[in-house]
Amino acid sequence: MSTFEFPPSIRSRPVYCVLEARPGKAHLMIADAEGAEALIDLALRAPELMAKAHVIYIPKATDFGAALNALNPAQYYEGPSYSAAVSRIKRVFSDASMGLQIYLSGTEGLMGQALSEAMQAGYDHTAIQTEHRGSLARRMQCVHCKGITEDVSNDPFQCSHCGLNLFVRDHYSRRLAAFQGVCIDAEEPGNVPPSKELYS
Amino acid sequence: MTGTAPNSTAPKTVGAAKLAVRVSAITTLNALVTRFEFQRIDGADFPTFSGGAHTVVEMMDGEKKRLNPYSLMSDPAELSTYAISVRRDDQGRGGSLFMHQKIKVGDEMALSYPVNLFVLDLRARKHLFVAGGIGITPFLAQIKQLEAIGGNWELHYSCRSPDLGSYVDELTEYYPHATSVYYDDKKQLIDLDNLLDGQPFGTHLYVCGPKGMIDWVRKTATATGWPQAHVHHEEFFAPQPGRPFAVRLKKSELTVEVGAQESLLEAIERLGVDAPYLCRGGACGQCETDVLDSDGTFLHRDHWLEDDEKESGEKIMPCVSRFEGKILVLNR
Ligand code: FES
Repeated sequence: MSTFEFPPSIRSRPVYCVLEARPGKAHLMIADAEGAEALIDLALRAPELMAKAHVIYIPKATDFGAALNALNPAQYYEGPSYSAAVSRIKRVFSDASMGLQIYLSGTEGLMGQALSEAMQAGYDHTAIQTEHRGSLARRMQCVHCKGITEDVSNDPFQCSHCGLNLFVRDHYSRRLAAFQGVCIDAEEPGNVPPSKELYS
Repeated sequence: MTGTAPNSTAPKTVGAAKLAVRVSAITTLNALVTRFEFQRIDGADFPTFSGGAHTVVEMMDGEKKRLNPYSLMSDPAELSTYAISVRRDDQGRGGSLFMHQKIKVGDEMALSYPVNLFVLDLRARKHLFVAGGIGITPFLAQIKQLEAIGGNWELHYSCRSPDLGSYVDELTEYYPHATSVYYDDKKQLIDLDNLLDGQPFGTHLYVCGPKGMIDWVRKTATATGWPQAHVHHEEFFAPQPGRPFAVRLKKSELTVEVGAQESLLEAIERLGVDAPYLCRGGACGQCETDVLDSDGTFLHRDHWLEDDEKESGEKIMPCVSRFEGKILVLNR
């Protein structure tokens, strides 16, 4: 099962829903990895969306591509990574009209970054639906060197840029689409608790 | 609008500070609408405001104090003067008639600090304005604000007839490409489906006008996939007359009879009880009052309370809502 019930947290932490069909002139669906399952579920409940749907999918190490394609979206794109897909996503937003519905599913990193692109295009984040599926790994920003480390699944972890030992916080930046990582051994360098898998 | 905190530079104690002003100009625009301009008696600049803000105008009509909200329509960058445009409402409770018939240049009046319940969302890629009749006024200030920062906007303005098209001439002269005007008497209707279709992603829609127009625009937008966060409306309800009723004010230990022509809020104020308000039109939420006891029917007329709150009988918005029945006790 690719769903996970996140424990209650601080207000800063994003919360996710189950995607629901909404009236719209067009439907943009962006997913990575197991996020495909949320789109497949949505298409089962509301098959009529697909004739006006543009699906952008980043499979990572999964193989839902064929199943997604079989939903017959009006447009289908599969890319090797978010950075490979982002120019396409930006173009969709710059060409789009109001009435576009946005559905995001998969990892927090993917949803957060796509949502941030929509916000930069002037769209209100509350109008975007997000459903978490799959990996609990996070996109983290080191608050010290500002470097981003993708797919962090352990806490604490080592910043991939400056090497500090970082504590994984629930404090989230919607603009950066990243959680904040704060040095855990600043007071006593070297005193780092053993790293545990997130939510384990 | 519901749920957002009112945006005001006013001191928190309601009714504490008013702006003492003198009427500096009166301009008749057409058979129904007159513009009033004010300057501060102390000669100072007015507080800054943003397009969409309103002020509550205090009118001393003999013994009666009238308080009516009007949108500020002057340039937000021009703080020596505040201007409002008042549409004469012959069926109304008399505030607009008082302005039209009694107010003269040089008269002294009081204005509230400006409050904005209809703010521009400046993250928008484009601002699309739909106005009906006197609903044009907040947009006049918003347009000036946007022009100063090079904002992208477009106005669709529906009026009864060319004779009653307030500000049509200046809008079409200064902004011919951004302004479209529609006249009812020429059977010109805003082609809303077409208008809403194809607006750039990131557009915000604003509507101000008669209730029917607001409902129509909001409904059409929702049906075509516009999210609520991108659709803004300004709708003040004038208090409606009704049957007189008695209210007990628990904290003040007073009882008052609300007259047929006055609102519950006005009756409370008449006793000298300090009751909070900002919009006096059922929109801002400021006047929300707890009901301690009741036996009768609430006539809720605001669009602030949620439906379940209205049904609960535990809350009332005294600026517009009334009551019919035997007992009403408020925590005021
Ligand atoms: S004063 Fe604004 S809702 Fe009553």
